[in-house]
Amino acid sequence: MTNTITIDPVTRIEGHSKITIQLDDAGKVTDAHFHVTQMRGFEKFVEGRPFHEMPSLTARTCGICPVSHLLASAKACDGLLAVRIPPTATKLRKIMNLAQIAQSHALSFFYLSAPDLLLGMDADPAQRNIFGLMNVNPELVRGGVKLRQTGQQIIELLGGKRVHPSWIVPGGVSEPLTEEKRDRILAMLPEAIGLAWTTYEWYAEEVERFKDEIESFANFPTLFMGLVSPRNTLAMYGGDLRVVASNGAVLEDRRPAEEYAEIIGEKVEPFSYLKSPYYKPIGYPSGIYRVGPLARLNIVGHPGTRLADAAFEGFKKLDRQSSFHYHYARLIEILYCLERTEQLLHEPDILSKHVRAEAKPNAEEGVGVSEAPRGTLIHHYRINEDGLITYANLIIATGHNSLAMDRGVLQVAKRFVNGAHLQESMLNRVEAVIRAYDPCLSCSTHAVGQMPLEINLVAPDGEVIDTVRR
Amino acid sequence: MSVVTLKIDDRDVSGRDDETILEIARENGIVIPTLCYLEGLSIAGACRLCLVEVKGSSKLLPACATRVSEGMEVSTQSERLTHYRRMIIEMLFAEGNHICSVCVSNGHCQLQDAAVALGVDHIGVPYLYPNRTVDASHELFGIDHNRCILCARCVRVCDEVEGAHTWDVGARGIEARVITDFRTPWGDSDTCTSCGKCVQVCPTGALFAKGKSAGEMMKQSEFVQYLVAMRGRQS
Repeated sequence: MTNTITIDPVTRIEGHSKITIQLDDAGKVTDAHFHVTQMRGFEKFVEGRPFHEMPSLTARTCGICPVSHLLASAKACDGLLAVRIPPTATKLRKIMNLAQIAQSHALSFFYLSAPDLLLGMDADPAQRNIFGLMNVNPELVRGGVKLRQTGQQIIELLGGKRVHPSWIVPGGVSEPLTEEKRDRILAMLPEAIGLAWTTYEWYAEEVERFKDEIESFANFPTLFMGLVSPRNTLAMYGGDLRVVASNGAVLEDRRPAEEYAEIIGEKVEPFSYLKSPYYKPIGYPSGIYRVGPLARLNIVGHPGTRLADAAFEGFKKLDRQSSFHYHYARLIEILYCLERTEQLLHEPDILSKHVRAEAKPNAEEGVGVSEAPRGTLIHHYRINEDGLITYANLIIATGHNSLAMDRGVLQVAKRFVNGAHLQESMLNRVEAVIRAYDPCLSCSTHAVGQMPLEINLVAPDGEVIDTVRR
Repeated sequence: MSVVTLKIDDRDVSGRDDETILEIARENGIVIPTLCYLEGLSIAGACRLCLVEVKGSSKLLPACATRVSEGMEVSTQSERLTHYRRMIIEMLFAEGNHICSVCVSNGHCQLQDAAVALGVDHIGVPYLYPNRTVDASHELFGIDHNRCILCARCVRVCDEVEGAHTWDVGARGIEARVITDFRTPWGDSDTCTSCGKCVQVCPTGALFAKGKSAGEMMKQSEFVQYLVAMRGRQS
C-alpha cells in the first residue's frame, strides 16, 4: 500500500504552500513535491494601467520586499522612458535595495530559521519559534531585531515609510537625501555591522553541527544565476547576468539583463501555481538553477567589501551546492549590504539635488532586473502609444528556485522521513529545506491564499489515513 | 438685495438674500462637506454631500444650492446627516474603482479626505467593480474613469472659465461618463486648449498630469475664484 504525507501549510515562510510525500508499502519515500497553493494575477490586471503606476502597483505583490519590486519596476519604466537616470538617483536606489536585503535576510535568519538552527530540528514545536529562542539566547534575538530595524529605518528615512514607500519612481527617486538623514543612517551602521559580524562568527562555528542536513538539504548540482558587477563582485542593483554550473563552469557571462528571455524559459507544472523557470539552452527540467544568496556568492569572485570578503573565505570552504548554506550566505550578504551602504553614503555626490530624469515614454518595451533578497527579480513591460500597459511579465526571485525547492523536498524526505515511524521532527526538516530558500510565495505567484502546514497520509485510493496539522 | 438674519447650528448669522447657506456658513467658519462645489463655478448640486436640515422642511436641502431667507433655522450636523453623507461617500467608492494606495492623488484627494472626515472606515454596499477605461491619448493629461465621481467640475470649468466646452457628461445613470467632444478620444479633441484647468479642479485622481507616480498629483483649484474675481473687476 502506498501512502501520501501532506504538509499543509508549510510554516515560518512567507506565503502559503504545502508539501506532499509519497510512500511505498514499506513506508519509504518514493516521491515528494512542493506545491504553491495561491494565484493572484498581477500580470493580467495591470494591463491598461498608465505605466507610471507600475512601481506602486507591483510593489503590492509583497509587503516584505516591496522595495525590490519598486526597483525592478522603476528600472523597467526607466527603459520605457529610455533615459539614463542621474548617478545620485542610482546610488540612492542602491542604498534602499541594500537596506531591503539586509532587513529581509535578518527576518529570514533570525525570526524564521534560527529556531531550527539554535534550538534544533527536533526541539518541541511549541518552543521552536522566535519566542522560544528569546528564552535561550536573548542576545542573539535582540541582535536580529536590531539588524532588521536598521534596514527598515534606512528605508523609512529614505522613502518616508517602511512598507510601500513611493519614493522610487520612473526616472529616479522623488526626493534627494538630506545631510541630516545621511548622518542618521551613518550613525546606525557601526553597531549593525558589529552585530552582523558577531552573528556570522557564531554561526560559522555552529554550522558544523548540521552535517546531515548539509548533506541532504537540496544538495545536488544545479546551475546558479545572478547579477554580477564588472569587477566580479556582488551586484544587487545593476550588473549583468551570469550563469555558473556547480562545477564552476561559466555558461553565461556578461549577458545583459534585458536579454533574460533568451536564457530563461517558464514551465507550468500541474501541481503548483508557481511557474518553474529553467535555463533554456539546457532545457526542462535539466536546466534547473538556483538564485538568491547562495547563488550570488557562488557566481562572484568575492562579495566586494572588507568584512564580507573576510567571511567569504569561510564560505569558500563549505559544500557550496547545499541549499543549507543559504543561511551562511545570507549572513555574509547582511554584512555586505551594511558595509556597501556605508561606502555609498560617503560618495561625494550622494546629497545631489539632481535625482530624477523627466521624459515621456520613448520606447515601447522595458525590462528591469535587480537582485531581491531571494534572488534575481525581473519585470518586463510593454506599452501602447498612450503609455498604457499592454503586457507585463514578472519573474520573481522565489520562482527561479521552484524546481530546486521541489527537488530539495524529495531529497530531504528520502533522507529523514520514515513513513513507518512518522515523527514531527522529520517533517520539520522537510519544511526547513524550504525555509533555507526563504521563499516568498505571495510574491512569486503574485497570490490569493489561505494560511500555513499540514501533512496527510493518503492511501492509493485517496483515503486520508493520518494528518499532522499546524 | 437685502440683508437677512438666520440661525445656523443655533448661531445667529446674517448675509445677503442672494447668498446660499453654504456661503454664509463658510463666511462664519462653519464647515459643511462638499465635493462638486467649487467657488467660482456655477452650482451643480450633484454630489449631495452638503445636505442640511432646514426647520420647516421635511426634505434635506443642498446647502450649495439653497438661498438663505429671513428667520431660517439650519442644522449642518445631525446623526441623520452624518448617516446620509457617509452613505454618499460609500456609494461613490463602491460605484467606481478607487484604489487609494496606488492612486496619483493618494494623500491629496478630496474624496479620500471627505471619507476620513466622516469616519468612513468600511463600505456598507457591495462594490460594483465596473469595467472602466483610461483615456491617455492626450499628450499631457489622462482621465481614469475608474476614479471619476461625476462631480462635473471639469465640465463647468472648461465651459465657464476656459470657454472651450470640451467636456460634457455623456450617457445616463450607471453608464454616465465625462466625455470629450462627441465622445472622441481626448487626444483627438479639436476644442481642447490643453490648459489643464480640468485637471486642477478634479477632486480625485480621475484627471491627472501624465508622468505622475502614486501620491504625486497635487492640485491647485484656487485659481478659479481668482480668475473669476479678476474678470469681474475688468468688466
